Amino acid sequence: MIGKLQKADDRRLSILAGMGDRWRAVPKAWRVAVGCAFVLLLFALPRIYIPGVDEIIRTTKTDFTTVLFLVAMYVVVAVGLNVVIGLAGLLDLGYIGFFAVGAYTVALFGSPDSPLHGSKLATFMHTPYGWLLCVPLAVAVTMLSGVLLGWPTLRVRGDYLAIVTLGFGEIVRLVAQNANGLTNGQRGISDIAHPGGTWPNLLPGFIDENWVGLPMFGSATSLAWYWLALVCVIVCMFASRRLERSRVGRAWVAIREDEDAAEIMGVQAFKFKLWAFAFGAALGGLAGALYAGKQQFMGSNSFDLITSILFVAMVVVGGAGNLAGVTVGAILVWYLPERLRGIDFFGIELNTGEYRLLTFGLALIVIMTFRPKGLLPKRYRSSQPPLVEAHVAEEASA
Amino acid sequence: MHFQYWLDNFWSLSVGGLTQGAIYALVALGYTLVYGVLRLINFAHSEVFMTGTFAVITVWNLVGYDLNAGRPGTGMVIALLVLGLVAASLTSAGTALLVERVAYRPLRRKNPPSLVFLITAIGASVVLLETMGLLTERKLKGAITLVQPKEVFSFFGATVDNVQIIIIVSAIVMMFGLEQFINRTRLGRGVRAVAQNPDAAALMGVNRDRVIMLIFMIGGLMAGGAALLHIVKVGSTQYDVGFILGVKAFAAAVLGGIGNLRGALLGGLLLGLVENWGAGVFGSEWMNVVPFACLVLILMFRPTGLLGESLGRARA
Repeated sequence: MIGKLQKADDRRLSILAGMGDRWRAVPKAWRVAVGCAFVLLLFALPRIYIPGVDEIIRTTKTDFTTVLFLVAMYVVVAVGLNVVIGLAGLLDLGYIGFFAVGAYTVALFGSPDSPLHGSKLATFMHTPYGWLLCVPLAVAVTMLSGVLLGWPTLRVRGDYLAIVTLGFGEIVRLVAQNANGLTNGQRGISDIAHPGGTWPNLLPGFIDENWVGLPMFGSATSLAWYWLALVCVIVCMFASRRLERSRVGRAWVAIREDEDAAEIMGVQAFKFKLWAFAFGAALGGLAGALYAGKQQFMGSNSFDLITSILFVAMVVVGGAGNLAGVTVGAILVWYLPERLRGIDFFGIELNTGEYRLLTFGLALIVIMTFRPKGLLPKRYRSSQPPLVEAHVAEEASA
Repeated sequence: MHFQYWLDNFWSLSVGGLTQGAIYALVALGYTLVYGVLRLINFAHSEVFMTGTFAVITVWNLVGYDLNAGRPGTGMVIALLVLGLVAASLTSAGTALLVERVAYRPLRRKNPPSLVFLITAIGASVVLLETMGLLTERKLKGAITLVQPKEVFSFFGATVDNVQIIIIVSAIVMMFGLEQFINRTRLGRGVRAVAQNPDAAALMGVNRDRVIMLIFMIGGLMAGGAALLHIVKVGSTQYDVGFILGVKAFAAAVLGGIGNLRGALLGGLLLGLVENWGAGVFGSEWMNVVPFACLVLILMFRPTGLLGESLGRARA
């Protein structure tokens, strides 16, 4: 039975791969046009009604736009963690630590409620542009924390690195919880800065009439946040894609495949591993900054270990090393449980809230059993591994 | 910082830490055995422990000793403890075998990267956690206090009660038994052979699948023992009891050198000690920070743990 299912699934996978090949064969102008149309559709998704599709994807128990925002934010996390796990092959179980550092940086510098408030720097940050000023700061601080964590620990390999990073994530969470002087402890920090601006009276019908004049990033709707997160996703994906195809990206893949061999060939493994850590951490910090701005409140409860492990799950389930794969993974891990909160499927109502995590766990086992390389695995042409390919291309152009 | 408090209560903090550490050590054995043979982190082991704790309470309730029951006599206490141990060990070993069958075996044939096992293990862990959560309505379950803590002797101002003695002694006895089993029996030799070189072991006629089932079973048995001791010490359990304990036990296994049986004991006891001392010095809210900080520090200087990996390299 299982053998038959596996065969059917392999066939499905090869169809998927064939579609990918055909897509790559389409002229570039067409690909760009279709890509743009798809991105536009994504931007419009919360406010349009697509018959048939809408009933399937719209969440019934939670606000659909908020769920979309969260998914987009977690896609940023997935893209960042993909660099660490998928490209450089470093198992980081404490990625939530970077997310938390980013979120807390925004909270500390961009909130009148923070213990830092009153110091010159923090007051400067609490202006209408406070959040925008906080974001680069958050990214810089997380990058620094990535380097600080990586410097001593990246000498440790494999599973040992996993437990060290896990410890880091847990330490960050406990510090957030207990360092009352810094983070207000359990009480948390409220009233965190967010971008300014009000809804303009444009696009009637698309934007609700009662929103006009209300703050764009206020509590009325998450639409603006979703758009902002989507922009971040696109920028991060572009950056990650460029990096992946650069010398740095090739060094990462070489380290992942065989660290000793890479080192013998002249790749400074430690340096590039540190780079991967720093870049991954920066994206985690960016996602954290988005989260802090959206939530307007920062308590330590959002940073538990299980979330950190789910981060790893989304990268591996989707297909480590493949951007489309990790996006699918992020959607699966964060959207599916929300969708499963309540099923109202063409009149059939099911209250599945209690069983959503159970279903999710089963889904993890089934998916990994059938597709050990992830839902959308990274494909390398078997006769020409990517490194050789890149080399040949370089020589040809020289 | 309460260094004076730490100094004043050094011995009682140490005894408390060793007691908790003994439980960590027993759970850590499950991680270390699986890692030593399969080179992967069995993330679902914390849930193996969790099912054991529920088995103890369930079986005690079944024979009529629930929270409202009167205090049983000495003979009955021993009988109940043995019954609890049997129930917990069987349940935990069963859970461990189930996890191996469902989450690991179908994948092993495909030879995927080891990260994939981590994800299926997380999946299995979530399924077990949620099933138990749904079954118990996510409520705390209390157990009858079988052994009333009673001072046995004291030294340097630290009192040692009978519960602490039971826990430390039985944990060490179980570890000793396991080590004898691995080092002296035929099955144990098979385990070591597979840990050293799976292919060569298979050529020599060791059934690899059977060895893997065996180590999952032994890990489960030890976790069952830990579950009983946990119930005796804490007196209650909850569906998510395994999670943080599992993480710490795994940290203990790594601290001692994962894949090393004595390392698990050393790591567990040390982690318990450091944790309790940390709680004494910095206050109990920092209890979990200290062991992880120590772990990071020790791994920086000894990247393969205190005793190194050596299930495969144990004396032939």
